[in-house]
Amino acid sequence: MTIRKMLFASVAVACAIGPATAFADTSGKKIALSNNYAGNSWRQAMLTTWDKVTKQAVSKGVVAAADPFTTAENQATEQAAQIQNLILQGYDAIVIDAASPTALNGAIKEACDAGIVVVSFDGVVTEPCAWRIAVDFKGMGESQVDYLAKKLPKGGNLLEIRGLAGVSVDDEIHAGIEAGVKKNPQFKVVGSVNGDWAQDVAQRAVAGILPSLPEIAAVVTQGGDGYGAAQAFAAAKRPTPTIVMGNREDELVWWKQQKDKSSYETMSVSIAPGVSTLAFWVAQQILDGKQVKKDLVVPFLRIDQDNLEANLANTQKGGVANVEYSLEDAQKVIAAAK
Amino acid sequence: MKISSGTVRLIIPAASLAVLLAAVFYMQPRTMSYTGLNLLFNLAVPIALATIAQMLIMAVNDLDLSMGTFVSFCACVAATFLQTSPAIGILIFIGAIAVYAGIGVVIHVRELPSIVVTLGMSFVWGGLAVLMLPSPGGAAPVWARWLMTAKPPVIPMAIVASILIAAITHFIVMRSSFGVVVRGVGGNYRSVERAGWSVLRLRAATYALAGFFAVLSGIALVGLTTSADANIALRYTLLSIAGVILGGGEFVGGKVSPIGAVIGALTLTLAGSFLSFMRISPDWQIGAQGAILVVVLALRLLLNRLEKREKNR
Repeated sequence: MTIRKMLFASVAVACAIGPATAFADTSGKKIALSNNYAGNSWRQAMLTTWDKVTKQAVSKGVVAAADPFTTAENQATEQAAQIQNLILQGYDAIVIDAASPTALNGAIKEACDAGIVVVSFDGVVTEPCAWRIAVDFKGMGESQVDYLAKKLPKGGNLLEIRGLAGVSVDDEIHAGIEAGVKKNPQFKVVGSVNGDWAQDVAQRAVAGILPSLPEIAAVVTQGGDGYGAAQAFAAAKRPTPTIVMGNREDELVWWKQQKDKSSYETMSVSIAPGVSTLAFWVAQQILDGKQVKKDLVVPFLRIDQDNLEANLANTQKGGVANVEYSLEDAQKVIAAAK
Repeated sequence: MKISSGTVRLIIPAASLAVLLAAVFYMQPRTMSYTGLNLLFNLAVPIALATIAQMLIMAVNDLDLSMGTFVSFCACVAATFLQTSPAIGILIFIGAIAVYAGIGVVIHVRELPSIVVTLGMSFVWGGLAVLMLPSPGGAAPVWARWLMTAKPPVIPMAIVASILIAAITHFIVMRSSFGVVVRGVGGNYRSVERAGWSVLRLRAATYALAGFFAVLSGIALVGLTTSADANIALRYTLLSIAGVILGGGEFVGGKVSPIGAVIGALTLTLAGSFLSFMRISPDWQIGAQGAILVVVLALRLLLNRLEKREKNR
């Protein structure tokens, strides 16, 4: 290494570390949210939370703008075009819920090359120059079976409701459930359907497969499908198994009714839609000059029998149980990754 | 001065592209640069290629509803086989083009509606794509990536590619004798048959050529995105049809225009950016995109009517 190169490297390091203590000003920075889909309660809650939290941040002067953009159709090519438009609009950071973990990489590379900070969450991207706020979806799947193992020590037959085929989130939750079943061999998955994270689809799919199934002890789900499954069981006049819920308001309401009527027990787990605001704060921190690891993990939101009422009270009608993240939460997550 | 009807056909698409471009430049002066233009148009290159493929099919009075899934399939092949073992990748592409020729033969011999056959094929291509890439991934071949991110002097790659595509296909479809008989099949296949041409062979060749351009579209797309997934280009089915119509083509009668098709594809891409710069809420965006289409088509109908009146006089 020549001396010039060494000098250059040390300057680069100093530049990278320097601002962390100097606190660059982000009040002139603009952050955009690139979202690929708005057609379900989770995404709607995600956008509302983004709006609420970022409006406060903008009015306080933390950042200059935080505009959400949603593609008209849920397609990777559309979102890639959208990201390229955001580059042209001169945003300093782009927060992305991606349609595909890989198909946006070209556009994201363009953004990074233009000096834009890219933070992906929920639907994360693989492009190395982007930050990722991932949920431990595998752990989420595994925790369902772990809970069932405690509740039903004798085990039994499981029905698995999966999400949208071909989406990475579906694969990961499924892998977690598989791992959980392997760990607890008293359980056996006797049927599996795609519920597409939507109650009506799940209800139809479960109703279709139910006649061919033996007695079901429990239903493992991915969120947005538990209420539909319960309806299908009721319509088929079969005893209601333990159905793991996914934090949707209709699911929690149904659970509460069953709990009051027959002390029905289950648990509910999903990713809080407010994770978009966590991504917002992380992007702000990076613009602020903080050193942030490329891979961050956000815990999933779990509701149990005893905190059901409290969570239900906080959930909007037709919404999803939610957490709004603050700057402090983001700093905690960043610190935890170090 | 007498203007040919072909030129008249091109005026509306070219004018709408110019108006949109002016509006985009006005709203976002940043786009008025080398990188700006490239970012604005580079995703239009695969759409333009798919539009050309669709245009060829429409030239023989057919419609390809499997265009989106086929381009997705090609993208998946490009991101997997073409990258790891190019020979097998090229073989798969040749096979796919042969299948396209086969579809043309089946449609012609059995006199099947192309919409039904291609709709069926769309499930075949979609299934094959999922089999190849069950979850998103793969990597673009180095040369495809290089080609799509190349930085030629003065004019950005996206514009160079669009002009090249338009020029080459204009030569094939409008200037070569093959192109003339292909359009003849769309206009009146009986007279082409009586003139001694094999319509069967022509249809097969047209479908094969369309397959070839769709393959190029898939490769170009992967070159831009760096990887593929099985659903990557589903929108291309409707985009390509809209592009042909927007560019002055017709559903029947062999009236097509390659230059218009490329302009149509560029206009569609630009319309999306335009709406995004306008900050139109996503709930209205599809509607607004539709409104742009309706306006352009209404203008064309008006012009067609004028053209007819001119002739009758």
